[in-house]
Amino acid sequence: MRREPPQRPADYGPLLFPAGMLTLFFVVPFATMIAVSFFQREQGGFYTPAFVFDNYARFLSLFFGRVLAFSLFLAVAVAVACVVIGVPFTYLLSRSKRNIQIVWLVALLSILSLSEVMIGFAWSTLFSRTAGLTNLFVWLGLMEQAQALTPSFGAVMTAMTYQALPYTVLVLYPALVRLDPTLTEAARTLGASPIRAFFTVVVPALRNTILATLIMVFIFALGCYLLPQLLGRPQHWTLSVLITDQAIYQSNMPFAAAMAVFLVLVSLALVGLALYTGRQKEAK
Amino acid sequence: MSDILNTKLGRRTVIGAGLAGASMLAMPSVLRAQDKSLKVGVYGGYFKDSFDKNIFEDFTKATGIAVESIAEPTGEAWLVQLEQAARAGAAPADVSMMSQVAMLKGQATDLWAPLDSAKIPNSKNLIDRFVNKYPDGRIAGIGAVSWYITLVSNTDVFKEAPTSWAAMWEKDKEDKLGLLALVSNSFLLEVTAKTYLGGTNALDTDEGILKALEKLAELKPNVRLWYRDEAQFEQALKSGEIPMGQYYHDVTGLAAADGNPVRSTFPKEGGIQDSGCWALSRVSKKTEEAHTFIDYMCQPAIQATLSRKVGTSPTVKRDLLDLTAEEFAAVSSDIEPIIPRYDLYQTKSDFLNQKWTEMIAG
Repeated sequence: MRREPPQRPADYGPLLFPAGMLTLFFVVPFATMIAVSFFQREQGGFYTPAFVFDNYARFLSLFFGRVLAFSLFLAVAVAVACVVIGVPFTYLLSRSKRNIQIVWLVALLSILSLSEVMIGFAWSTLFSRTAGLTNLFVWLGLMEQAQALTPSFGAVMTAMTYQALPYTVLVLYPALVRLDPTLTEAARTLGASPIRAFFTVVVPALRNTILATLIMVFIFALGCYLLPQLLGRPQHWTLSVLITDQAIYQSNMPFAAAMAVFLVLVSLALVGLALYTGRQKEAK
Repeated sequence: MSDILNTKLGRRTVIGAGLAGASMLAMPSVLRAQDKSLKVGVYGGYFKDSFDKNIFEDFTKATGIAVESIAEPTGEAWLVQLEQAARAGAAPADVSMMSQVAMLKGQATDLWAPLDSAKIPNSKNLIDRFVNKYPDGRIAGIGAVSWYITLVSNTDVFKEAPTSWAAMWEKDKEDKLGLLALVSNSFLLEVTAKTYLGGTNALDTDEGILKALEKLAELKPNVRLWYRDEAQFEQALKSGEIPMGQYYHDVTGLAAADGNPVRSTFPKEGGIQDSGCWALSRVSKKTEEAHTFIDYMCQPAIQATLSRKVGTSPTVKRDLLDLTAEEFAAVSSDIEPIIPRYDLYQTKSDFLNQKWTEMIAG
């Protein structure tokens, strides 16, 4: 099918709907948020329209810097964990029988129906001392005594990875299914082991997909605010947790908005950087 | 019983607030065909249901004023809505149940219509601190209900009940406490001041606040969970996963009555007493009805009903109530309570919030 460039203004018609939706549900709310971030906070009251930088100034401190750094680190760690688990898993899945694939995909999709609250509570039970997994290890003789695995960084990581993995697989799956099997076969004929073929042929062929997956999970994880609260200690609280505190409990909308704007800008910059490096590599 | 327990949680949790917000969008209860009516805002969920069932019906019978109850979200979301509606000359509810910090914030913008104590004769029954006044002495709100946050513990893990808040600081509590995560709902600064600094007056100065925070920081190794979600702590307390902490006296009592190994103790320094006020929006045209309603709610008999049916602590004086010693102990205590320094959460909220967050997350 040949695509023709639009000839008349009416040809742009179909674009109006998505453009309208995007304006209504993204541009307007985001612009409102930016505007509010410059408003004057009134302690003991609400806020008044103004143009002040106080909210941003308050954010620029060592404390919030550290929280921001941790949030970014956590999001990157979750993204990497998801890809490290997701790529080999999806590769094996795409090579298995149709029936098995369907069962796995349905199971993964069903995880998506669980809310963050349910995932958080389920893992906090699994990681508890009184009813958790360690009791099973004790029964198996692997451990002396049941112990609590939460709150900890590991617990937060596990739950967030669990939550993001289905998305990872769903993004990777189409690319891996379409991957030409003759590529790996050629590598095998030339004497590469299956593992070597996977790393030297499959992974490089999927570089762009993997990069896109990393970015998607990164953004997804950055917005996570419930799991760090439920499963982490206060030092594992992300910036999103503090934004929620300000917005809901302190009714300090201007400061919450300023933090949110900052978070969006930093993540956009990181995504831009990732895409830029990706393209540079491709150009070589 | 377990139903009461589950729904009761909703009244203070974020999830509850969300639900209440959602139910607010739904149709308000249909107004009965009567001449006089009043829109009353109460916390959505369990609270609203109990008020509808146990209080509002009898009130209409007694006074002929129909009540349309409105589910309001907890936190300050409702204050924001009332405030914005008042600017537009509308009142989503005539009378609302408001938290103390929200009362003060509303005072700042003159949101509350001054109440006439002559039209509320029963207000003389109230304990003085439950009459909320503007700085110039006008009455902004009248105490509706109160509740306690106490020192709770798991009876399997701690055979002996603790006697003082100081028990939380002891070495053997390492990684065993569950405390509320926010400065403005845990009231731990007041607890620390009362326990170690001679009283909540110690928080008058910034130095005093920092001193209390310093003492609180010593608690950090003992805290396993800083919770925002009550369900999370309650579960852990019952199972012994987190065997001690601060929690609501009424809910803990219900859990104990259900056979769970938990107890609520009023420490010798007192439990933390938090409360809600009835306040009238300044744009409401139902001033007469509102006064009748508030007066009705101040009767000792109604307060006793609230204690029995809703589990709240009465705002009227103990000797006027016909509650048995057991019924009273289920919702309150004779030990002088720790009263939160609500004024600080209005005048110094950002300072407190910043220092607090740095203290626990730093």
